[in-house]
Order: sequence, then C-alpha cells, then structure tokens
Amino acid sequence: MNLELKPEDIIKIAEKEREARRSYRHRINVCCSTGCLPLGALKVLKAFQDTVKEIGVETGCQVSRTGCLGTCSVGPVVFVEPGDYLYENVTPEKAREIVESHVVEGVPLKDLMYSSEGFFKKQFKLVLRSAGRIDPFRIEDYISAGGYSALVKCLTKMSPKEVIDEVSASGLRGRGGAGFPTGHKWSFVARAPGAPKYVVANLDEGDPGVFANRALAEADPHAIIEGMLIAAYALKAETGYVYIRAEYPLAIQTLRKAIEQARAFSLLGENVLESSLRFDVQLRLGAGAFVAGEETAILASIEGRRAMPRPRPPYPATSGLWGKPTLIQNVETLANVPPIVLNGGAWFSKTGSPGCTGTKCFSLTGKVNNPGLVEVPMGITLKEVVYDIGGGVPHGRKLKSVQVGGPSGGCLPEDLLNLPIDYESLIRAGAIMGSGGIVVMDEESCMVDTAKFFIDFCVDESCGKCVPCRAGLFKVKGIFDRIGRGEGRIEDLAFLEEMSNLIRDASLCGLGQTAPNPVLTTLRYYKDEYIAHIVDKTCPAGKCFRNQKEAGKT
Amino acid sequence: MKDDSRLLLLEKTITQHQHRKDSLLEILHTAQGIYGYLDKDLLLRIAKSLNLPASHVYGVATFYNFLRLKKPGTHTVTFCLGTACFVRGIEEIISAVENEFKLKRGETSPDGRLSLYVTRCIGACAMAPNVIVDDEHIPKATKETATEMVRALLG
Repeated sequence: MNLELKPEDIIKIAEKEREARRSYRHRINVCCSTGCLPLGALKVLKAFQDTVKEIGVETGCQVSRTGCLGTCSVGPVVFVEPGDYLYENVTPEKAREIVESHVVEGVPLKDLMYSSEGFFKKQFKLVLRSAGRIDPFRIEDYISAGGYSALVKCLTKMSPKEVIDEVSASGLRGRGGAGFPTGHKWSFVARAPGAPKYVVANLDEGDPGVFANRALAEADPHAIIEGMLIAAYALKAETGYVYIRAEYPLAIQTLRKAIEQARAFSLLGENVLESSLRFDVQLRLGAGAFVAGEETAILASIEGRRAMPRPRPPYPATSGLWGKPTLIQNVETLANVPPIVLNGGAWFSKTGSPGCTGTKCFSLTGKVNNPGLVEVPMGITLKEVVYDIGGGVPHGRKLKSVQVGGPSGGCLPEDLLNLPIDYESLIRAGAIMGSGGIVVMDEESCMVDTAKFFIDFCVDESCGKCVPCRAGLFKVKGIFDRIGRGEGRIEDLAFLEEMSNLIRDASLCGLGQTAPNPVLTTLRYYKDEYIAHIVDKTCPAGKCFRNQKEAGKT
Repeated sequence: MKDDSRLLLLEKTITQHQHRKDSLLEILHTAQGIYGYLDKDLLLRIAKSLNLPASHVYGVATFYNFLRLKKPGTHTVTFCLGTACFVRGIEEIISAVENEFKLKRGETSPDGRLSLYVTRCIGACAMAPNVIVDDEHIPKATKETATEMVRALLG
C-alpha cells in the first residue's frame, strides 16, 4: 500500500525513528555485506538476536543487520553503539560473550575488538556516512539518519537552478574516473532541449579489484536514490535507471527493496511528496561486460543492445537514452549530492584539496595488512593510504608496486607514493583515479606478468568496434606471450611502447585509451624486470618460466 | 522447450515488459535464470516474441560474458579472476583444480557433472582469493581447500 506523504511527514518519521532509537541503550550492528556473509555473518546476527531475547534485554538492545564497515578481512565484524566499539572475527559464541559482558554488564571486551586503530584515523566518511550504522533494508533507518531531508529541502526551499548552483559551488567531480565537474554536467542536461530526460546511475563497477560501489549500494541504497531524485528535480527528468552488475546479487536485492520502499513512501512515482515532481527508477542488470561502464556503452546496454561505445559528440547530456538528454553519474557521485544540498557547496569544498574537493572511496586490496573499504579526503597521499590506513605490507616483505585505478590504471613504485590523490596528479604519474582501486603488490609479484594480466583482461573485454583497441591490444598480448615463453627480443620493448601510445591516442573510448597504462607504467618504472625476462630469461619475482624449468628438469 | 511451466514463466516476463525490444537483456537474464542457459531454440523464441532479428539476439547473447550458451554441469566452480585474487595467487588455485579434475577453465566435464568458470571480479577483494562452488562463496581459498571442496562435491 502506498502512503501519501508530504514533505513534513518525512521530518516527522525521522523524529519518531530517532526517538525509538534513543529508547535503546545499546545498538548492535552486524555487518552482513558480501564481505562478511561468507564468513558466517547471518549466523552471528541470529546468535545476537537469540541471546538478547534469551537474556531478556531486547527492550534495551537493538540488533540490526547493516552494510559494510570497511574492515572486510576480519569479518564478520560487529559495531556496537553508543561509542565506537568494533568487534572482529565474531562467532556465535563470541556474540553471546559480547551481549553478556558489553550489553548487560557494561564492560566492553577489549580482546575481541579490532585493533588496527590507524585504519580509521585518517578516513573521512561522507559517502559512506551511514554505512554500517543503518539497516539497508529499512527506509525508516535511512530517514532517521537524515535521509531524504535534502530532497525535502529541494522541494520546499530551492529552485532547480539553486540546486545546480550549489552542486557547482561544491566543486564535486565525477567519481566514475574521468572527474568531469558534476555541476557543469547538470547544467548541460538542464539546458538541453528535448523531453523526457533521463538520469542513469552507473553501478557497473566492472574494474576487477574494486568494490566500493557495491559496498555503498549494499550499505546505503537510498543515498543513491535520493541523489537521483535531487538530480531529477534539478534537471526535470522523469525516469531513472540504476545500471548494476549482475555479479552483485546482494546489492541488487538492497536496491530493489529500496526502490519498492521509496515508491511506498511517495518518494518515487507521480507527485513525489505531493509536489509536481514526477520521477521513477528502474533497475537494469548488466551481464558481465567491462566496457558497459563507458557512458555511451551503458546507454546501448540499457536499450537492450550490445554494450558498444559510439563516438562523442553528441554527448549523452544532449543525446543519450533514445536520443534524449541524459545525465549519467557514478553512484558514488550521486551519494555525495544529498549532503551538498543539506550543508551547502561551500561546506563540501572545505574537504579535500583545491580543484579536487570532497572524498574518495577506495577498495584497498592485495598484499596489505588491513585490506578493506576506505574513504579518504582527496589530496591525501598514497603512502598514507597504504601504510597508515592499510598498515603496510604483511610478513615484513617489501612493497614493490601500488596499482591505482583498476585494470587500466598504472603501477606506481614506492618512491612515487608521496603523490597526493587527485585526478591530475595520478594522470601525471601514468595512473588514473578510475573507480577507486588500490592494489598493493610485494616482491612476490612480477610486474611483467602483472602487465600481461591486465592486457589479457582488456583483450577479453575489448568490444571490437575500433581497430586500435581490438587489433592493437591483441598485438601487445602476442608480445607478452612471447616474453612469457622466454622468446622475447630486446626490440620488443620499443614496439610495446610505440603500440601502447598508438592504442592510447587512437582508441574510440576510455577502455582503449587507458588499457595501455599498465604496460606504459611498468615499462617506465620496472624496465629492469622486462630486461631480465628478455635478456637473462629469468623472473626476478620467481613467477614466470616455472613451467619451462619444470619441463627442463624431467 | 517442452516444459510448459518454465515457458509460461518466461512469457509472463515478456508480457510484463510489453514485448519491448529494449527489454532484451532483461528477458535474457530471466531466461537464463529459468533454464540455466540459453540454447538456440530459446534464443529464436525470444527473437520472435520481441520481433527482433535472430542475429541481433544472438549478437547480444554472445557479447555478454554472464550469459551462457552452453549447458552448465551439475556442479559449477567459478574462480574470481579479479586483480586482488590474481595478486593473491588465484592462478595457482585454478591450475591445481584444472590438473586434479582434468578440465580446463570454461569447460564442462564429458559426464556433465562439473563445469569450471572464471569471472572477472565478484567484488569480495578483501578476502581474496575467492572461489564460488555451486552457490557457496569460499573466501581466502587455497589450492587444498578448493580441490577438497570440489572432490567432496563430486562424491
């Protein structure tokens, strides 16, 4: 049944929910996202629910299922409020202990807590403001955390132009990788003739090794929907699509439920909160095509075609879905919008560095002590992320390289880690922001093999439309295969560089233009490893040629 | 294709989408969910009911990695080949399972009991390397745990 709600009702629901929350002395948040689920999070959730009932403290202690808290490697993790008590590797048995000691006796169990304090110190949670603190399946939880009050502000106090001005003033730039100023994009779509207009939320997080968008959707799906609604209000759009990878079943569930609930709460549909805004959102599933994240390819996929990019202009802002003006934004960008509207663009621009405001979510993975989901202010250095937050490389091994920006990012050596994280600095070093992947590699990783891995990936994922990407990458792959067989020639290095530059300069879309980055950066920073493979036929990391060696032995 | 209840389910979805051509990808997802894979007859039927050329439907079905045109084995093992899993040694795990069960990635055993697949990142990178055995996600997998799981599965 749909409730017919007005703007003031949202504020009332928020107050009521907050009051209900205050009636609990403790709140136990059990992370049940893709990270913690396979480690037994649902059993832990049930253990908490059962124990709380059994001991008879359920009126004073609320147990909730929440999204990602970031410390995915020590799951299942449980976050107890008030106070920031984070328990790691929780089991049903430990759940009982936590209830008995922390909840009943008021004595937190230090031994069971997450101990890497540095992990949170330099983080700044803006996009992930509610991740791990609210139940993603309850719209009331989102509202109680201040959700949809930015939409209410738009509908009651701001004109569409004022909304766009605020977004422009914030300096927010697209978080999908390219970093285009969001305010500019919005004003292009607003000015573009033609109706209806569309809003597309890009959740095709195709980069391997990246999961920040998934975590956002699993933890706080309404933040994405509210961002889309505000965009729809500003641009007078009527239909929205969330394009999500089929490989993310839980995020699909949370979003599906969120859309249903938003419709039931008059937040989607005709006359949103009894205003003149009409907007609805549909979910579209991707089907395993990396290139579908490219903005013209995503449009083709939503229209039910092969996800192949087309030349721009015309840009989607003027000619997008079915030839109509379309705003395409990464979901992280959209989740930034509600706080900007609520607190103002000037407030937002205080975080981060000049020209690159706000925060960025990163998936920190690979050979690092504290892998997980992090959100940091722009301008922080890579070193701080890898060492202060990530805790450095395990087993006392030496860091060899940090790969930033997904498969088409660059591999950067240790001495470049003082680089501040912003779009321009990363590009100068040969990497890209991409959708926010930081993969740490130690001395066990072979950089030639790693570059080959990314090239194999891009060859698989190239859509085949333009020649430089289709044929050029295939040529590059051939060279790597030859080097891998121990038949590399020294002139291959010059060829690799020439071909890479050609692919970068002549490809149609972002996939081809950035695909050579891993080759170019490894050639630039780790040329000695290539020479070892080609001239000495040895792999300094001991990874390659193993099969040949074994074959030679027998 | 003789199974009427499954066909009804598929047709219901097509009707819900009002036979719109742009719903093709959604329909293919549903069809794969119902039948497990997309065979030629099924693709032809979908082409007909959406009034699309068969070549277009085939083109879309073959473009996307997630869509399967061959019948999967009774049991499936999917290895995550994302960057984090690669750095943490998924290749060695894949090779171990391939050698143990005499099967290459992407193939199904002749008796139809086991299929090996690779996928490009399931987004559980902090627990790399990840393997999915049937519907169960095995985080922080090793050569030993992965082969043992598969062996147990085949009995």
